[in-house]
Amino acid sequence: MTENIELTEANVRADVQAWLAANWDADLGLVEWRNILADSGWGMPAWPTEWFGKGYPSGFVSVVEEEFQRVGAIGVARAGIRMLAAATILEHGTQMHKEKFLRRILTGEDTWCQLFSEPGSGSDLAGATTRADLKDGTWIINGQKVWTTSAHHAQWALLLARTDWDVPKHKGLSYFILDMTQDAVEVQPLRQMNGHASFNQVFMTDAEIAPEFQVEGLGDGWKIATTTLMHERRGADGLRSWAMGTDRPERAYREEREELAHSMAPYKWYPQRMGRVDLVIERAKAMGKYDDPVVRQEIAKLLTLAKSAEWTARRARAAQVLGRNQGPEGSIGKLAASHVARLGNQVHTLISGAGAMLTGDDSALDGVIAEILVSTPAISIAGGTDEIQRNIISERVLGMPKEPRNDTDRPFRDVPRNTIG
Amino acid sequence: MSFSFTDEQTEFRHVLRRFMTDKSPTSEVRRLMETEEGFDEKVWRQLSQNLGLAGIHIPEDYGGQGFGFVELSIAVEEMGRALLCAPFFSSIVLAATAILNTADEAQKRALLPAIATGDVRATLAFTEDNGRWDNGGVAMEATAVGGSYQLNGVKSFVLDGHTAEQIVVLARRPGSSGDGGLSLFHVLGDADGLTRRRLKSMDDTRKLARLEFENVTAELLGAEGGAAVPMATTLDQAVTCLANEMVGGAEALREQALDYAQMRMQFGRTIASFQTMKHKSADMLIDVELAKSAAYYAASAADGHDGDGGENVSDLPAVASLAKASAGEAYMQTAIHAIQIHGGIGFTWDNDTQLWFKRAKSSEVFLGDAAYHRELMLQRWQD
Ligand SMILES: Cc1cc2nc3c(=O)[nH]c(=O)nc-3n(C[C@H](O)[C@H](O)[C@H](O)COP(=O)(O)OP(=O)(O)OC[C@H]3O[C@@H](n4cnc5c(N)ncnc54)[C@H](O)[C@@H]3O)c2cc1C
Repeated sequence: MTENIELTEANVRADVQAWLAANWDADLGLVEWRNILADSGWGMPAWPTEWFGKGYPSGFVSVVEEEFQRVGAIGVARAGIRMLAAATILEHGTQMHKEKFLRRILTGEDTWCQLFSEPGSGSDLAGATTRADLKDGTWIINGQKVWTTSAHHAQWALLLARTDWDVPKHKGLSYFILDMTQDAVEVQPLRQMNGHASFNQVFMTDAEIAPEFQVEGLGDGWKIATTTLMHERRGADGLRSWAMGTDRPERAYREEREELAHSMAPYKWYPQRMGRVDLVIERAKAMGKYDDPVVRQEIAKLLTLAKSAEWTARRARAAQVLGRNQGPEGSIGKLAASHVARLGNQVHTLISGAGAMLTGDDSALDGVIAEILVSTPAISIAGGTDEIQRNIISERVLGMPKEPRNDTDRPFRDVPRNTIG
Repeated sequence: MSFSFTDEQTEFRHVLRRFMTDKSPTSEVRRLMETEEGFDEKVWRQLSQNLGLAGIHIPEDYGGQGFGFVELSIAVEEMGRALLCAPFFSSIVLAATAILNTADEAQKRALLPAIATGDVRATLAFTEDNGRWDNGGVAMEATAVGGSYQLNGVKSFVLDGHTAEQIVVLARRPGSSGDGGLSLFHVLGDADGLTRRRLKSMDDTRKLARLEFENVTAELLGAEGGAAVPMATTLDQAVTCLANEMVGGAEALREQALDYAQMRMQFGRTIASFQTMKHKSADMLIDVELAKSAAYYAASAADGHDGDGGENVSDLPAVASLAKASAGEAYMQTAIHAIQIHGGIGFTWDNDTQLWFKRAKSSEVFLGDAAYHRELMLQRWQD
């Protein structure tokens, strides 16, 4: 592969095909294969070449993924918030952070979680009251986080904590990497309305962080959290596909299946929260309703919405490939996903009829349909609520005036807040 | 009801609300949801006997209180508000109403008094595996054998079907179809040849069962082959009650979401102070109040009145469907908003919002969804 060959879709496709033909081997161990992948750069083509990437515009990622899928090659580990951690570390981390963390994120050996939301601060993340105090050269952390996805099996966490109470709220926050395996961190699973427990409460009582695990400087926490959140919103456009596993017998597939079955079990409902548009036609046929004009109208509306949302996300990606500034199309993916999920829920209810009252193995597709019906409300809350997305769009994209605020002009300790969670 | 309730009806509602607050807090609801039978025997007795609710719309001649659908609707609205777990809808709204509409005089005298006191819990089994709510969906056959009948087939989505002591079953003469050849039968819950299995319901405040009949001996209720019309009337009346139950649930959700918004602070102020929250809350009020008006009007029509207490017996079929379609959308939309207003906590198991959300979901399809009822409504509409 010569470096100065023109970067076109066809060239990238040919390169990745050739590399996969020479290297993909389903009999390798999962971690062994992902290490090879990390070294090759093909696991994260949009990352810089010095850090496990190829330095390609992100628009080529889907080309590479298609070629992986064509030969059934397993990709790097992507589940959970590991990719948000990686993006944040790439942008703001030190050389040591990158060396220590990035590879093990990609191989799936380390799991991460995001300690941002608290009982008293969700939408208003900058209102965090978890405190970090420097004592004898070590950061001492005290406080409570909530809704923390993956905390029950995470080795590391991205932590937003308050280091100064006498400055306005956004200025007193700092950003840390916390070792979740220490005794001072207690994780309690929280059960969701769909019965799964993929998120947790996390209590930190004199937890310790060595100074080199602070990310950037004192008071930089909000700026860095914004990077993490931007990646979270971008990932919410529904374009990302979920590893579903296959039942093929080779070692790498077997180990991926184990990964999915054990560590991924609490997240089994994730595809369902998106509304499972992919199942709608199949279900309508199975229920004998595909010829019903009322049902057809609703299915057509859903497909129109879902396809338009997908193409909008693709427009945003295409602009990235060409190095152009994204227009408003880049900001609406998360909101569009909420609309799709809600309508998907409605259409599955319409198709299922009386069956929508059932769950578990008494319900269609072994409970998958029932799970859609009680999981879609997560989409318009997780990663920033629909209302907050609308505020962002109206103020930052459309240039509408900001709400007058009375919480940013004074020391944080003087800002009114709930005492209960 | 004259578009407003009488003083007696309002007092009746207050009594019920106090009872429900006392006997059906969400801790009790959650406890009963986890049980196989899904209700508390003691509360059922208090409700049936102390409050006389089980006999509310059953005429005095058959051991009941002799009130109408307006009073019955007040009762189910309060139950829906509190998510009361009890076999009330199955036994009183469905089974007793079906018997009233179908059975002959002697059968009413034999069956209704025990239902009216709550001593016997009954249900109505009409839906089958195909999930259809109309008469045409019935395939179960009733064959005349000597002086009685034998039932063969399957009933599904039967409310409290696994615990009911008596079951009113809709079946058809072999070879018949559509509205023709349908009859209602009376079967004992422990009859030979009857196999009952509780279905796993997404909304565990509403227990459902699947019943398999193999040569089950049954007693014919009323005239052979004449059940289509009384069955349709029964469903119109039940749908009216369901709409009232649903608006009770929707209103409870709306109020809880408002309370939460008033006390939850973000950005140094209550979230209720954000205009988007105000608009959402105002929209919820409109949805719920419109649906309440439709449900109340339908209840009045079920008693043969128009909204001003005048005579009007003809428009129940259309307005029952109108009320159900309206309540279905209002309840679900209110539930979606209520979770959204709660944010992350609204998506948790321990927060009570999800209990009403699931109840809204199951109510949305129970006895027919909004699309089904909008079609029925227009078929029955009279200018
Ligand atoms: C499935 C799931 C997974 C999650 N995973 C994580 C995780 O891994 N890590 C993590 O840190 N967090 C996580 N969260 C938390 C999530 O980010 C928060 O729940 C969310 O940001 C909302 O915060 P809140 O729950 O405190 O609600 P609140 O902020 O209290 O919001 C309540 C209501 O008020 C509205 N509101 C608030 N502010 C405004 C405003 N300015 N204008 C208009 N309306 C407003 C909201 O839109 C909402 O409707 C997760 C949540 C869910 C549901």
